[in-house]
Amino acid sequence: MLINLRNSFQVLAVGAAALLATACDSNGNGGGTMNPPPPPPAMASFDVTVTNLSNAQPLSPVAVIAHQNGYSVFTVGTAATAGLETLAEGGDNSALTAEADADAAVMATASGAAPIGPAGAETINVEVLESELPGLTVSVSSMLVNTNDAITGINGASIADLQPGESMTWRTIAYDAGTEANTESSAHIPGPAGGGEGFNAARDDIADRVAMHSGVVGQDDGNAASDLSGQHRFDNPVAQVRIERIN
Amino acid sequence: MKKTFCAALIAASFSAAPSANAVDFDVQITNLSNGIYFTPFLVAAHPAGNNLFMAGQPASANLQAMAEGGSISGLSADVIALGATVVENPAGGLLAPATSTTFNMNTDGTSNDRLSFVAMLLPTNDAFAGLNALEIPTEPGVYMFDVPAYDAGTEANDELLTGGGAPGAAGMPADPGGLAGTGGSGAAGADANPNVHIHRGSLGDTDAAGGISDLDSGVHRWLNPVIRVTITVN
Repeated sequence: MLINLRNSFQVLAVGAAALLATACDSNGNGGGTMNPPPPPPAMASFDVTVTNLSNAQPLSPVAVIAHQNGYSVFTVGTAATAGLETLAEGGDNSALTAEADADAAVMATASGAAPIGPAGAETINVEVLESELPGLTVSVSSMLVNTNDAITGINGASIADLQPGESMTWRTIAYDAGTEANTESSAHIPGPAGGGEGFNAARDDIADRVAMHSGVVGQDDGNAASDLSGQHRFDNPVAQVRIERIN
Repeated sequence: MKKTFCAALIAASFSAAPSANAVDFDVQITNLSNGIYFTPFLVAAHPAGNNLFMAGQPASANLQAMAEGGSISGLSADVIALGATVVENPAGGLLAPATSTTFNMNTDGTSNDRLSFVAMLLPTNDAFAGLNALEIPTEPGVYMFDVPAYDAGTEANDELLTGGGAPGAAGMPADPGGLAGTGGSGAAGADANPNVHIHRGSLGDTDAAGGISDLDSGVHRWLNPVIRVTITVN
């Protein structure tokens, strides 16, 4: 009796894979022209569209970082940088992008203009020199603001092979920055569910390192001390990131 | 079910000559979770057509022993009988939250072109993470896959820290992180689905000295995925 569930498992695995992507082909329209070809553009331009898939977790203004190997926003098991802590606890991406801008492996950074509410989306453009395309990766980071220190995004995904007009799409999972205890208290939640403190340099989580977020418990699920409700619970994936190379 | 499982193993064994799929590859297993430990992993590269577990099917006795108490000896014997390329306990003990273990495998001269692994989540009653017969990539490169937690379906998720790890024994065998409580009344009875299925997650509570569960809802819950596996084909 042979039972082979490999295919069904792989569907599951692919569905959950944070870094697997589907590249969408488009027409590589190379139509002829009578005019002399213009000089090739010096810049490669990417539109990064972040869609909030959650029920009641606004995403803080998104940080987009185009970089090579040698830089990463975070590593699971390693303590968050001060810049990531600032984003994860308060939704302010300026320190993270400043850290990135100071890193030689980073080509470009960009920020979203505003928080992205549930079901909302924002497109953020980032450009790099065409000469920087080989090995190019991108990281996208944002805070789930009705939490203590949950973040989501993609972390060093390769976009080096994207051709103009092509896109790749990821679905992202939530991480815990590990820098703040998950009190679920309004005093420590900067989003609309709390209105409390954002960044605090104290690190008081169960361990000072980035890991997967275990989710919001909430007062409706037995945590009487929580100021979050069942509305604020989330499951993975929490966001979608689509990157299209414009030129 | 043990009989069925073994029949499947025997039927598929030695049916294929060594193929052109032989590869040398590194495997990194990362515990993504924030508060869950994994018992020693059993990792096997094995011929296609074999499975350590099958979602929707009852657990084998050897899978139950792994999922309820972390014992991999039975499953290891099963895959060794297949001629599998086996790595046991690569982390040298428990794999702590947000840590990784990396090891090399070489399937040269075999037809072991599928990769599986299993390990139990602690503290739980019978949760395990499983990679199920993934086709091992052959092109040199780095491949990442995320892996969910399953429930073996063999034990009630009472979430009580009793030390019970033998197959059929109630309760959770251990809390390596030392953050669980005591005095719970029992979070749940037998699983509605007695077959292997995606784990619904632990409940926990906020009462370290009572409540329904010995687990802490702020520490011992998780969301899938729980494991990231990175395969580097050399």
